Amino acid sequence: MIEAEDIHYSYPNKVEALKGVSITIKDGEFVAIMGQNGAGKSTFIKHFNGLLKPTQGRVKVDGVDTTKTSVASLARNVGFVFQNPDHQLFSETVEEEISFALKNFCFDKKIIEDRVTWALELLSINQYRKTSPFLLSGGERKRVALASVLAWDPQTLILDEPTIGQDHEQKEKLRQFIMQMKAQKKTIVIVTHDVEFVAECNPRVILMKDGKIIADGIGTAILTDPVMLELSSIVLPQIAEVFTKLGALGLPKNIIDIYEAKALLLKVRERLNK
Amino acid sequence: MSVFDGLKFRKVTSPVHNLDPRMKFIYVIVIFVSAILFSSIIPLMVLFVMQLPFVFVAKVQKQWVRSLRGAAFLALFIFIINIVTSYFGNNFTLLASNIEAAIALTLRFVVLIESFSVFFLTTSPDHLGLALEQSRVPYEFAFAFTTAVRFVPVLAEEAQTIMDAQKARGLELEKGNLLKRIRNYIPVLIPLIVSAIRRSLELAEAMESRAWGASKKRTNLFSLKLHKGDYALLALSIGVLVGAIYISFFVSIPTITSLF
Repeated sequence: MIEAEDIHYSYPNKVEALKGVSITIKDGEFVAIMGQNGAGKSTFIKHFNGLLKPTQGRVKVDGVDTTKTSVASLARNVGFVFQNPDHQLFSETVEEEISFALKNFCFDKKIIEDRVTWALELLSINQYRKTSPFLLSGGERKRVALASVLAWDPQTLILDEPTIGQDHEQKEKLRQFIMQMKAQKKTIVIVTHDVEFVAECNPRVILMKDGKIIADGIGTAILTDPVMLELSSIVLPQIAEVFTKLGALGLPKNIIDIYEAKALLLKVRERLNK
Repeated sequence: MSVFDGLKFRKVTSPVHNLDPRMKFIYVIVIFVSAILFSSIIPLMVLFVMQLPFVFVAKVQKQWVRSLRGAAFLALFIFIINIVTSYFGNNFTLLASNIEAAIALTLRFVVLIESFSVFFLTTSPDHLGLALEQSRVPYEFAFAFTTAVRFVPVLAEEAQTIMDAQKARGLELEKGNLLKRIRNYIPVLIPLIVSAIRRSLELAEAMESRAWGASKKRTNLFSLKLHKGDYALLALSIGVLVGAIYISFFVSIPTITSLF
């Protein structure tokens, strides 16, 4: 569980990136944080594993104040995958890269091997086990970075822009994988600009702007609110856009799910055929 | 790191910022040479005070003080080494004149740092590149120099991100003995170097696709021209240099200890 109480954060150059943000993320919740560039999203999520400590206010992870403990001990429960995989890859092989964190956390040798194999298979990069991570494509490097965090099976997973550079198939796999994690009662926090991806997952959505939270609620409510989305420089998901434009037909506007949309449109056709 | 902070250029306009970088550089060299010529306190004090008007006119006091503070450790080191060597060199006695000499040498170092700090704080990398180019330095070198200067803050920021990414994977930089601590930095240094190389290759491609090196002689949007102020600075530089040489050879400079 992550609890943030009225946190403020100013960078050393006096830029105030967070201006009083409060939030509670329960275990097993799936949260998408969205907002325009410079809204404070990245600054905010860096508080969840203690990389940044609030200049004012308090962040508690599983009841522990982040100012009272180290990043390394918080990281054991809170996995953080950075946006750019090149900021963390350094090993000679993919296998070693993935075992890096496991070694830091002093896992047994046998367990490390099992976990590495598990993570490699989960993200379908097993064929690259002995390859240098620097020889892989951008999307593959991104999956190696993700695997290197998943390997220690943290309770909370924070993903910064996970869909960038991934093709449709990989995005779908990522979505399924997130759903699987959710089913295992893991907490997942993603930061993204990919509104279609969020619409497909339909998580709890938090919109940020100028260092504050401006909206917090279920995906169907937030992603179909044109006013709030415009404030955050986000366009409506395509399905929501269609249903907003079809308002005259007497259809509901808060639709983001493709199956729900299909069912509603079929109903309209039946009605018109009569 | 604060020494570098004191050398970082920030865009402001002031009469000092507008001076021609070539003339400012000549002035810095003159101060440099003069500081080397003297080893007693009084002339070095004069040289130190001479820089102050530039600092205040350019309104860079804060950064300037920060660069001096960053150099304080080295200055202290120089002072202690001087005291220690003269103590052991003089059969374990320390005279007032020894202390004065140590202070003078420390002050000389401070004057050097001070003048370079003022130069870099008030000269934009663009101007510096332009100055190099107009001094007939081949453009490739001038470009490499300005690019290197410009990418320092970018790399510093990137290093911070990489450290965060590795800390998030359980890396503890401050853990272990000295050797272990140095080894801890490998997961930070490798991504930093790899991404710097990648960035430079990308930059090269981007520049070549914008016709880098298409013609032998490039034209510039701006060119440096000498104005009244620049000639005044040049005159001042020559004056200081001549004065310094004259004083150091023909005038006996009293030491503070001899005044009492």
